[in-house]
Parts: sequence; C-alpha cells; structure tokens
Amino acid sequence: MDIETFFQNQNNKKQLKILTCGSVDDGKSTLIGRLLFDSKNIYSDQLSQTKIESEKYGTQGKQIDLALLIDGLQAEREQGITIDVAYRYFETEKCKFIIADTPGHEEYTRNMVTGASNSDVGIILVDATKGILDQTKRHTFILSLLGIENIIVAVNKMDLINYDEIKFKNIIASFKNFAREFNFNLQKFIPISALVGDNVFQKNTNISWYNGKSLINELEEISLKEPLEEEIFSLPIQFVNRLSSEFRGYSGTITSGKIKVNDEFHVFSSKEKIKIIKILTPKGESDFAVKGQAVTLTLDKEVDISRGDLLCSVKNHNYFLSDQFASHIIWMNKEQMIPERNYIFKFINFQTIGKITDLVHKININSFEKIASKFLNLNEIGYAKVALNKNTIFNPYKNNKKLGSFVIIDQFNNQTVGAGVIEHELRRASNISWHQMSINKNLRSSINGQKPCVLWFTGLSGSGKSTIANIIEQKLHKLGKHTYLLDGDNVRHGLNKDLGFTDVDRVENIRRISEVSRLMVDAGLITIVSFISPFKSERKMARELVEIDEFIEIYVDTSIEECEKRDPKGLYKKARSGKLKNFTGIDSNYEIPSSPEIILETNIKSAEELADEVILYLKQYNKI
Amino acid sequence: MKLSHIDKLESESIHIIREVVSEFDNPVMLYSIGKDSSVMLHLAHKAFYPSKIPFKLMHIDTTWKFKEMINFRDETAKKYNLDLLVHINKEGVRNNINPISSGSKIHTDVMKTQSLIQALDKYKFDAAFGGARRDEEKSRAKERIFSFRDKKHRWDPKNQKPELWNLFNTKIDQGESVRVFPLSNWTEIDIWQYIYQENIPLVPLYFSKIRPIIRRNDMMIMVDDDRLKIKENEKIEQKKVRFRTLGCYPLTAAVESDATTVEEIIIELLESKYSERQGRLIDNDQIGSMEKKKQEGYF
Repeated sequence: MDIETFFQNQNNKKQLKILTCGSVDDGKSTLIGRLLFDSKNIYSDQLSQTKIESEKYGTQGKQIDLALLIDGLQAEREQGITIDVAYRYFETEKCKFIIADTPGHEEYTRNMVTGASNSDVGIILVDATKGILDQTKRHTFILSLLGIENIIVAVNKMDLINYDEIKFKNIIASFKNFAREFNFNLQKFIPISALVGDNVFQKNTNISWYNGKSLINELEEISLKEPLEEEIFSLPIQFVNRLSSEFRGYSGTITSGKIKVNDEFHVFSSKEKIKIIKILTPKGESDFAVKGQAVTLTLDKEVDISRGDLLCSVKNHNYFLSDQFASHIIWMNKEQMIPERNYIFKFINFQTIGKITDLVHKININSFEKIASKFLNLNEIGYAKVALNKNTIFNPYKNNKKLGSFVIIDQFNNQTVGAGVIEHELRRASNISWHQMSINKNLRSSINGQKPCVLWFTGLSGSGKSTIANIIEQKLHKLGKHTYLLDGDNVRHGLNKDLGFTDVDRVENIRRISEVSRLMVDAGLITIVSFISPFKSERKMARELVEIDEFIEIYVDTSIEECEKRDPKGLYKKARSGKLKNFTGIDSNYEIPSSPEIILETNIKSAEELADEVILYLKQYNKI
Repeated sequence: MKLSHIDKLESESIHIIREVVSEFDNPVMLYSIGKDSSVMLHLAHKAFYPSKIPFKLMHIDTTWKFKEMINFRDETAKKYNLDLLVHINKEGVRNNINPISSGSKIHTDVMKTQSLIQALDKYKFDAAFGGARRDEEKSRAKERIFSFRDKKHRWDPKNQKPELWNLFNTKIDQGESVRVFPLSNWTEIDIWQYIYQENIPLVPLYFSKIRPIIRRNDMMIMVDDDRLKIKENEKIEQKKVRFRTLGCYPLTAAVESDATTVEEIIIELLESKYSERQGRLIDNDQIGSMEKKKQEGYF
C-alpha cells in the first residue's frame, strides 16, 4: 500500500464520538466488544487474554465473552458490570470512532453523564426482553439535556425474542411516546443482537422484515449539524504567553468561527478593539485559523487581557458578562447540594466561588414532571439559579457548548460534585447597588476605642460556648466596650423561627446569622456569635463576609463524651432515645475547625480563665 | 477548512498542556524516551512556541534502559536546551534490585514506581505529565485525562472524579498531585502518523537492524550489555529486529521485522495482529496487573 494514499484516506475519515447507554445488562459492553471485533480492531493477543478471562469470569459458557474486552477494572470483571466510563477506539473505511462505554447502574449515572458530555451521538440500548426501563428514560433525558442531537435506539437481544417484529414495534412506539418532547434531530431504531452480531456490522436474514441499515452504516452516515453561532468567532483566553521578554502572545482554543490576520475583534470584558497581527497554529504561522485549533495570537497593541477573558467578534452576539444565570444542574455527589452554600464553579478558562441561590425545581426522570425541592441528591437533575462572586463570560449552552458548561467543585474535599448547562442570563444583581454612607464603620467604632470584630464560637451542644461567651461580654462591658451577643437558641425564637434542624435549614440559619453579624460589625460592635455551626463551609462563608482580621473563630473543644455527661438541657438524652432528630454529634455531623484563631480546652481550664484568654487575644491584636 | 482527526487530537493535547501550566505551580513532564514521550515533548514545544517549555522534564532511570535510549535522551536534552532531571533509586541500586534476578515485578516496583514516588516527593511536583494512551491497555481506557493521586501517590479507580466536557478539576490539597495524560485519545496508528507527518526524531531501536538477541520465555531479548548472563541452553543470534515499545532491555521483547523507516513501520503495523504491549512482560505477571501497578503509583 502507498503510505501517502493511506494517510490521505485517514485524514478524510470523519471523527465521530459516540456513547452507548441504557440500563444495566442491556448489553452495552458486549455491543462495543462486537464493534471492535467485527471492525477487526482487536489484536490476537488481546483476544487470547480475553479467552482466558472468559473462562474465569465469563457469562457466555464456553464462548468468548466480548464484554470482558471492555471492562478494564478488576472489580468490573468480577462483578460482571461496568462501573466507570471507558473509552475505546476503532475505525472503519469511512470513520474513526471514539466510543464511551458508560455504566447502566443508577448509582453510576454521573459516569454516564461524563461520557455523554463529550459525545456527538448516543446509542441507547434497549433489552428486547425487558422493553423501556427507568434507566432508558433517564439516559434519554440526559442526552437531550446535554445537547446530543443524534440518537440511535438499538433494540438488543432480538435473538432471545425470536426476532419478533411486533415486539420490536411496540418498543419503538413506547420509546417515541416518552421521548416526543426531546426534539432529537435524528432518531433511528435498529433491531440487533450484539451477542451474535445481527445488524451490527452485517445485515441479517433473521430479521428480513427490517429494511433499514445496519448500526455501523447508520453511524457512518450521520452528519453533524454545525452549531447555531458557527460563524461568530470566539476564543477564550487560556494562557498568556509572556515566557520570554520579547514575546507576548495570547493562547487558547477557538470555540467557534474563524479568524484571519488583520481581522478586528474586541476584548469582551473591556470592549477594547484589537487587530490580529500574527496567528500561530500547531502547524506554524498561518494567515487564518478555525474552530477547534489551539492557537497563539499576537495583537497590534498591548492591552490588558488575562486568563478568563474572551476575544470575539465585535457585533451580533449572545455572550454575557454577568454574575448570575439560570441553569440545569446534575448533582454527582453523595453529599446533597445545599442552596446558599459556597462552591467552586469551573468554566472553560476561569474558576470562581459561587452558590446555587435557588432551586426552581427538580425533575422526576420517570414522568419528567417538575417537582418543588430545596436541594438535589446524588444523580438528581434540577433547574436552578446560580450567583457567582465575580462576573464571568458565558453563552447559553445551546449556542456554544464550551462556553455554556461548567462543573461544580467542593471547596473542602475538592470533589467534582455537580455539572451544569447554562440556559440564560439573570440580571438581578446589577440593579441593586450598595449605597455609600457618610458615617462608616471606622467612625462608629472609634468613639469608644474599639475595632469591630466577630468572635465566632463553634462547638458541640453543651460544650460551654454560651457560658464563656456570656462571661466575655460582661468583661468587655466593664471595659466600656460596645458588644452584642447573638445566641443560637435566642435567634431561633425570632429571626430564624421558621427554620428546623435539617442540613439545609442549618445552612440557612448560619447564612442569616452571618449576614446579621456583618451588619453589626459595620455598626462598630464587637459581635459575639455562639452557635454550634457544625459545617466548615458555612463558617468560611461567615468569615468571608467581613474583613480578613475581623473574624476570630473560637473552637470550644469539649469531647462528645464530656458534653453528653454534662447535658445541661437534657438534649443528648432525648437524641439518644430517638426523640430528637438531626442532633449534632449523634446523627448529624460536626466538622472540627482546621485552623481556628483560638482553641479553648474546657477540660483543663475554667470558663472564667478561658474568657480571660479571649480578652488577652483581643488586647494583643489591638481590638480593644 | 476542515480539521482532520489528527489535527483535532493535536489541538486537544496542546489545550491540555496549557491548562496544566495555567493552573498548577510546579508541573513536570515525565520523559520516558519512547515514541509517545517524543510526541508529547513535540506538542509541548508547540504549546508554548516561540517561548521555551516552562517546566522541567524528568526521566526515571532504572539503570537498565537500552544504551541507545540514554544517548538519545542526552542528545535531545542538549539539542532543545531542556531542563532535564534524571532520577535513580539509589537504595534500589544498593540492594542490587535488577530485572533478571529480582524478577520483573520487584524490579518495576522498586526501580520505576518507588523511584518515581521518591522523585515526586523530592521535587514536590503538583502535576506530572505522562504519555500513556487509553488504547494501550484496558485499565488505562478507564483513566481520566487529569487523574488524581493522593498524598501517597495512589490511584483509586473506583472513586475517580467525573470529567465532563474539557473542564478539568485542578483543585488539590498540599501534597496531593495529578497525573495528566495529554495523549489519552491518541491510538498507536495516530502516533505513528503524527511522527511521520511532523518528522519527529526517535530512538533508532524502533527501526529494524541486525541486533544480538537470545530467546528466553518465548521472547527475543537483546543483549545490550554483559549484565545479561547467557545461560547454557541459550545462544546469541544475530537477528533483524526492532522494538515496538521501549523499556528495560531484559524485559522488552524484540520483534522480527524489516521495517527501517516510519513508513515501513506503519505498513507493518497495519498488517500486524499483535498489540504493542504484548512486548511488555510486566503487563501479564498477574491478572489485572496493570491496574494494580497503577494503583500503587506506576504511570
């Protein structure tokens, strides 16, 4: 074979990213094994190793179990299920495929979402013996949510129902019935048997009533629709190349449109106009570049552009610079999503702290009904409002997947806990501005020679927080200082009487207290807050509302055994007997502070002595 | 203009490399001297051109690599003015750990995995590029592009962070790190096509030549120096061979071949029925063995 012809053929091949999904045991791994096997993309040593493993773990008796070619983790082979998404590569005469094999179990839905986010086509497998299942619906919905426009419904295991046309048609009918509102661009139905290979590569005479194409032919003929804003150029700046003093270039991957040398664009955040002088593509210097290329540009003048910014066409666009938007969110963590809690939001070239301010509804994946809810659990999907700490550039997902998607990261354990697709911008915050008053915090507090701050007491119920806080307030009062003590129990009688003790309510409880203490600090007061405040995340939120040196976290370190022994209000007894739910330390978690300003050890010293320690701290740091 | 699939892979890899430099304080590129490392290095040049690569390269030297690999490594470093670190597990050397009498499992563990961990701890790297591809091996097919490692450099395959779109979670705590695989989506044939199109220099061992070999455990092993003791029933043959992958010479099987150019290699590859990792003894010393090695910290 002539090598140049070979490469030309290779370069002409279409690249198609596909994923297989559907319920567990619908035969996804077997189908991929079949695709690799029939396209001759399996080497003989891999095949012989699979034969050995088939004897050990296989589900096909003496026959080779093609699924074992795919399930790469030991636990997967042993349990005979797919846990994590696996990527496979195979090619035909016309096409190069990257195929994501995703798990069918409900508990691994997040891995299916991962596979779907990078795919062009979804193959939904349906077990002909079982018909449409909940997971079929869930996965179809996720494909639609992630903007996958081409789907192929492969009704598998036709051999087990004797290639029955009526049953096949019934499955199609019930699929069309539930999927009618999803508006897929292309929707095909193929009866197959991955196990024996019917209609995967070859059309099979067993299914003479089927006039359509085989699965592989159907895939090869899919042409991908170009996105709506194809013609509009956008380049999110990923990296500013100033590594040597004589060069300054702006690097990133073009997410839509194309550019030529001498084209004029603007820097989105500043609206400053710039002209492109040089385009460096991976193939060297070029007069132009297109969507998908990782480029470095030099400009006609020095402008302030950094990572997170966007270069784009001057007119006619749908991009937003805003700190609020509405989005669909898929929750991917065992710990539930809590509104008003701070998370990290990561976009294509930017990350910032933000929160989900309001969950508008969540979606029942069986009926697709909208249900009222405050929070999302693992694998649940909802529609929510998001507020960020900083303005961010984005575009609705339907226009530009790269600029309309984000992931949510937990600030403390760094897990990726959720993912979202942006629907539209929200403009609330820009209408409310902060009024500057003539008398400020410094003037208010200077009258009585104090610097305002928050003394934030945290610790288990019965640890001694309120006792010590009370003594401190008395001592400060004697010194002529203005103070206010916010006590957990007292606040729950008024401001927060609508809140209970679930995690969601606890977070809202602390959020309100944090805001109140910020106002009190602004009023010039030494504000003493005495709350269990069990979560790191909310204590951090309270800390971030005031200036860096204004927040003094005081951990009252008393062991649960000691608190339970003291039990001044008899609460532990109630909690132990099950009469009191969600009690911190018993059936609700307490997260010990990792670096509080002050630790008070109540088993060594008296409350009086501990209060003196805090007073001493305030003197040392010139608060009083 | 339409991008070919190789163009798309190239840009994706460059994007990944730039993302690491943007988000991490102290990245390093693991340079194994092989063809994948050569492609990765080539892409790193492109990512930051006309500037120099803004991170160090590191080679974990087991002291049992082919001589030609070491020569090629040092020439490459000189030619491109690279910041190259070479790390050897000195304790392993003192204890005379070697692939012949210690066995492939212990040798790989001590001289590669443990050695790598020593080096990562010593230099406190928070991100390490590796040239692994998902099509190489089943457990690699499961790995993320940004793959998290705990303070002890362990991989937890059952608890990987979801990786959506091209949005990479780069948040780690002190002492933790990520392994980053810019070539995740490349196949073996893609790598060769790219080497051909870009004219990327390679270690001559990839090309066929008459070399001295012995046959051991159904494999052809090249006699690279006198540390490989020839047993009584073995004899040195002169065979026209080449290598599909490169590692420690006593653990790397040669294949008979006439391919002396990249073109001929590609044609041979298209006709081949054996996958490239077949030449690696270490993959098959136990079922699921690559997964186990990776959990312990191997690349």
